[in-house]
Amino acid sequence: MPKNAKLMQGNEACTMGAIAAGLQFFAGYPITPSTEIAEMCSEELPKFGGKFIQMEDEIGSIAACIGASLTGKKAMTATSGPGFSLMQESIGYASLCEIPVVIVNVQRMGPSTGMPTSPAQGDIMQARWGTHGDHQVIALAPGNVKECFELTFKAFVYAEAYRVPVIVLADEVISHMREKVVLPDPSSYKIPMRAMPTSPAGYKPYGADPDGGVPLMAPFGQGYRWHCTGLFHDESGAPSGKAAVADQLLHRLDRKIEKNVQALEDYYVESMDDCDVAVVSFGSSAMAALSAVRRARKGGLKAGMLRLKTIWPFPDQAIRRLCASAKKIIVPEMNLGQLVLEVERAIHGKAEVIKLGKVTGELFHPDEIYKALKEAF
Amino acid sequence: MAEFLDYFRKERLPHIWCPGCGHGTVTGALIRAIDKLGLDKNKIVMVSGIGCSSRAVGYLDFDTLHTTHGRAIAFATGVKHAKPSLKVIVMTGDGDCTAIGGNHFIHAARRNIDITTIIMNNSTYGMTSGQYSPTTPHGMLGTTAPYGNVEHEFDVCELAKASGASYVARATSFHVTLLTDLIEKALMNKGFSVVEALTQCPTYFGRKNKIGGPVELLNWIKDRTVNVKAAAALPPEKLAGKLLIGELYKAERPEYCATYAETTARVQRTYNDYKGGNRGCELNSD
Ligand SMILES: Cc1ncc(C[n+]2csc(CCOP(=O)(O)OP(=O)(O)O)c2C)c(N)n1
Ligand code: SF4
Ligand SMILES: [Mg+2]
Repeated sequence: MPKNAKLMQGNEACTMGAIAAGLQFFAGYPITPSTEIAEMCSEELPKFGGKFIQMEDEIGSIAACIGASLTGKKAMTATSGPGFSLMQESIGYASLCEIPVVIVNVQRMGPSTGMPTSPAQGDIMQARWGTHGDHQVIALAPGNVKECFELTFKAFVYAEAYRVPVIVLADEVISHMREKVVLPDPSSYKIPMRAMPTSPAGYKPYGADPDGGVPLMAPFGQGYRWHCTGLFHDESGAPSGKAAVADQLLHRLDRKIEKNVQALEDYYVESMDDCDVAVVSFGSSAMAALSAVRRARKGGLKAGMLRLKTIWPFPDQAIRRLCASAKKIIVPEMNLGQLVLEVERAIHGKAEVIKLGKVTGELFHPDEIYKALKEAF
Repeated sequence: MAEFLDYFRKERLPHIWCPGCGHGTVTGALIRAIDKLGLDKNKIVMVSGIGCSSRAVGYLDFDTLHTTHGRAIAFATGVKHAKPSLKVIVMTGDGDCTAIGGNHFIHAARRNIDITTIIMNNSTYGMTSGQYSPTTPHGMLGTTAPYGNVEHEFDVCELAKASGASYVARATSFHVTLLTDLIEKALMNKGFSVVEALTQCPTYFGRKNKIGGPVELLNWIKDRTVNVKAAAALPPEKLAGKLLIGELYKAERPEYCATYAETTARVQRTYNDYKGGNRGCELNSD
């Protein structure tokens, strides 16, 4: 067995991915099925001088993370549905103020307390539109334990590069599942760093190319003395009620992600080239889907699998390109139909899109997806 | 003192406050205390929530963080915990701190984290135009208490003390010298320090309650208070309904960041050969 191979849980892999990316600050509030991340952070962070704190609620957790990030530290919190809902206001703050922060949301059954220990994928739209107003986020969905490591690492890369909140959208099964994982050699990690100014002279905290530029971020406490506010602000950081300032700010923030959709897209494909029926899915639903697709192929049916790792921004072009040969697209997801809406929008009538929702709190069985495939052919 | 306006972002003035508002007086007292202590401007982070009072930080020439309603102390906790060498000051209102943010307030006090919190208590939600707040006295009027406030108010200082704050004081925008002096002491205390500044919102609280203009309202506030030293010699009937001003509580208690640092040092001795993580991560962003 390779030296770095280990049997580990999704939540553990996620924590290790964060630490590999340079995590220095974790604030959280216990909630199933994410709690192991907080527990592991409380144990690991002090070993290397990082900071852990258990806050009084999730509102405080995301707030503390944003505060820490402003001092230049890489910060993360982890939660599940109810806590993710509580965080929304300050996720909007991080989005508008352009504060890098990583939020792990291990999805469970909702709404409300729902079925706390059952898997679900019902937060696709909350991840995108949970906070008020137009804004951008990035959301990544791991499909196995190794990806919990990889995508959490990537979440920090994106958070630092684009100065946006990045959401790791896991689910109860992926996060509690144990798999053998071979981790990369730690010396191979390049710790992501945000672009910082070099001198306070003439520093404009929000000065950037209007076409989606990312401003330089000065850490607090180093003489820049800048103002960070959730009010709309001009390049100098001063609050502004001017129509032109608002318009330019919201457009820049939108373009910042929109123009990088292709750089951000990430997926797993199998047998898509010549497929007649494609299955588009993510997270633990995609595990069952893949096995159904393989069975269909063995039986001579031209089925294909596209598993999205980047959910937001939605990879419209990739979906169209990869599904070019498909006449039908099945979208299995553990909700009543969220991702399917985006697939439909992206496909724009070029193929028939079939919704396959499940809200029993149980995983898809490959047979269920296989049956849907058979019916589609 | 150094030129008073040197502590301000002059280009951001004039401020939004109404004529006669007390928030400027409290802000002035804070600046004078900072100046007196000769604190390094570059090592101060001012954090606020949402409200007229919370707008103060935008005018001040420090690293300033104007956050979401009620969450200033939680953001400040992140700043301080991540970088304990910074001086972290929270400027907040009665609504921001004791209503929507009450939970963060008591828990920060319980942790005794080294944050100085200045509460500008005008007994109303000024920014949303005069609704009753957790500190509106019983029976007084607000736009959502048109028949007189049914609820009873918090004693903010008692709340802070009971929750674990290690420095608690109260003054008013009338007693400016006292206020400045108390803020100075609060800034010197290593732990969670609270200075409640009773202040006036003539536009909503004063007008709704027909107290008069800013001057009458200031006198009304002054008359609600008794200095804690003078109070010691007064009979109970003279103290009924009065709020004590002055230094109300001071205690030596372990401070959160210091205790965390001690724990970290102990952990690091145990795991001295630890290869994971990113040792020295304190440095990789500075
Ligand atoms: C989540 C949220 N709820 C409500 C508001 C509306 N709001 C803005 S300021 C404020 C009250 C502020 O009162 P206080 O902290 O006492 O400040 P003051 O204006 O009196 O100085 C409220 C309710 C908001 N901005 N955000
Ligand atoms: S509304 Fe009241 S609290 Fe707000 S600025 Fe005016 S006087 Fe001050
Ligand atoms: Mg108020």
